[in-house]
Amino acid sequence: MSAPAIILRRKKGWIGVNWGELVRYKDLLWFLTIRSIKAKYAQSVLGVSWAIIQPLFSTLVYTVVFGNLARIDSNGVPYFLFSLVALVPWTFFSNTLTESANSLVTNANLVTKVYFPRLVLPLSSVFSKGIDFLIGFILLVVVLAGYRQMPGLSLILLPWLLLVLLMTSLGTGMLLSALAVQYRDVKYGLVFLVQLLMYAAPVVYPTTNVPDSYQTMYALNPMVGVIEGFRSIFLHTMPFPFFWVGLGSGVSILLFLGGLFFFRKMERLFADVA
Amino acid sequence: MNAIEVNGLGKKYRLGQQEQKQETFTGSLWQALQAPLRNFQRIRNLSSFERQAESVFWALRDVSFTVQPGQVLGIIGHNGAGKSTLLKILSQITEPSEGEVILRGRVASLLEVGTGFHPELSGRDNVYMNGTILGMTKKEIDQKFDEIVDFSGVERHIDTPVKFYSSGMKVRRGFAVAAHLEPEILIVDEVLAVGDIGFQRKCLGKMRDVSGSGKTILFVSHQMAAIQSLCSRALLLHNGHVIKDDTVSNTIRAYLAEFESEESGFLHPGVVRQGSGDVQISGFELSDSAGAMIPATPSGSTVDLVFKLTSNAESSFEGLDIGFSVHSTEDDALLTILYSSYSGTVFSMTGNTATVRCRLLSLPLPEGRYLIKAQLMYRNEVLDFPVRGVGYLDVTGGDFYGTGVLPTRLTRTKPQFLISGQWTANQA
Repeated sequence: MSAPAIILRRKKGWIGVNWGELVRYKDLLWFLTIRSIKAKYAQSVLGVSWAIIQPLFSTLVYTVVFGNLARIDSNGVPYFLFSLVALVPWTFFSNTLTESANSLVTNANLVTKVYFPRLVLPLSSVFSKGIDFLIGFILLVVVLAGYRQMPGLSLILLPWLLLVLLMTSLGTGMLLSALAVQYRDVKYGLVFLVQLLMYAAPVVYPTTNVPDSYQTMYALNPMVGVIEGFRSIFLHTMPFPFFWVGLGSGVSILLFLGGLFFFRKMERLFADVA
Repeated sequence: MNAIEVNGLGKKYRLGQQEQKQETFTGSLWQALQAPLRNFQRIRNLSSFERQAESVFWALRDVSFTVQPGQVLGIIGHNGAGKSTLLKILSQITEPSEGEVILRGRVASLLEVGTGFHPELSGRDNVYMNGTILGMTKKEIDQKFDEIVDFSGVERHIDTPVKFYSSGMKVRRGFAVAAHLEPEILIVDEVLAVGDIGFQRKCLGKMRDVSGSGKTILFVSHQMAAIQSLCSRALLLHNGHVIKDDTVSNTIRAYLAEFESEESGFLHPGVVRQGSGDVQISGFELSDSAGAMIPATPSGSTVDLVFKLTSNAESSFEGLDIGFSVHSTEDDALLTILYSSYSGTVFSMTGNTATVRCRLLSLPLPEGRYLIKAQLMYRNEVLDFPVRGVGYLDVTGGDFYGTGVLPTRLTRTKPQFLISGQWTANQA
């Protein structure tokens, strides 16, 4: 026998991740990602342009409502840029969160019919939204070039921000997807949660508008560091916010590990309650 | 070394609980307000068993067996016997509640044809999607792509979105992918139940090839013909237990014997009858050609319809004519009728009881339940006619054509009766 014996019995407590198996299923991850991208843009006239329209449209709306009408402070940069720089990472976060939270429920037909590492499902949502993020990011670069805004030296810290963004999105996504299998409330509540989270992050207003004494608590939201970091790099609104990003990194690691282990713990029940 | 070892396997599920009903308006209002809390407790309990042990249902219990490498094991049982649960555990979709399973070798399971097909994607994309879900790598699919497309026989539509496929095409494509998995252990659920005759034969042939090449196969089906032609050994599951683990023919016999016969309800004393009643039909049963009573019989088999007669009169009867008719259970439609006098046979009865047999050769009925009515005639007068009928004739899927192909799976609508013929062709 070439493959080692597999022993199936009831598992208890916390279960680690079988990385080797995940690697073996990398092609499945790839095709699930392709599937969700192709399926999304099949029979649509605008196709991939929707990935540009989504952040651009929100930016325009926020610029009119919060920039022009409510006259919210934008740290001295045009409000359009101020919110676009925030919305590119934010759109990734909210889309990944929504898609990965629903990933197990929408793929219940797979989960109950065939075995594969279930982690592939939320992971593929992250990857497919990653493509949208890339397109949004290119849009951002083009717009910034149009405004003749050059990024600062702190650009080398961008991968750090991306990592925090990724871990936060995936961690929350895994946590919610595992919950959503059993409690469909997650699906309905998610719309409100995403909206609430947006106002709890500096998307439409700057962190400097938050009272000083609350700012540390506020920065426990990892998206605060990510968004203000983006603004610092591309718009020079402030020196790079090491403290906020550092705090956010810690929280994002906790979220990621917590999400991962909760997912693994709940995984064995998916097929029974989905 | 066994390819599969199953030791004391058990799987429990929770049964749903009934909602409490309130009598008063305030009661219902209060109940509605409390609903979220109760729902939370209920949904949380979907995955825990600590409380309310009485609502626990064991889908499988104390199941143990081993399978040698290269063996083809059939698993049969009625709906709800635990077949699907067993396959789900073996395919790692769900975990056992107790006991353990040891699998030696790469496992592939086919519980559904075309898992993961996306309607918007082309046939080509779906082959890759489906293949990787079943555990193949892209490289393996690349190598076998032409073979898969060839096997499915729908190469012209390879770049058409699957949503424009007919359901038959989807099935062909799905089985084609699964047929080219190269596992050491293959687990197959009732997937041959779909597709037309040519494709079904192709699938059976492919599975025979796989088993011939030393792979272990676990095969669940309700088609006794397929089980019989493919497997060497079979398990019979009943209410979550293995009640028979024997050669294929012995297990199938036990399975058929499990069918509960309901004929006793037809002929009890109070039943509505027409006729003088001097002689009555007091019993009806099926027996095989050896004379043993059987609860059901496969298509194409030789079966005896046995009628028991009881006389209430002193006199003897010369020239009794007995006839039976076969009816569809859905609409009571008459399918066929046969009196003993049709073939010139009449009976005489002198004592109080008699048994009349009618042997049917190569039973031409497809799988299903049929209602049998019977009537007793004497000198052109009705002696006895139980109005509701005398019993059921349960026909299971059988190898009518002697090829392992089941008649009822061939067409979308069930045929009324079966015929077999000898096919010849002359080359001009």
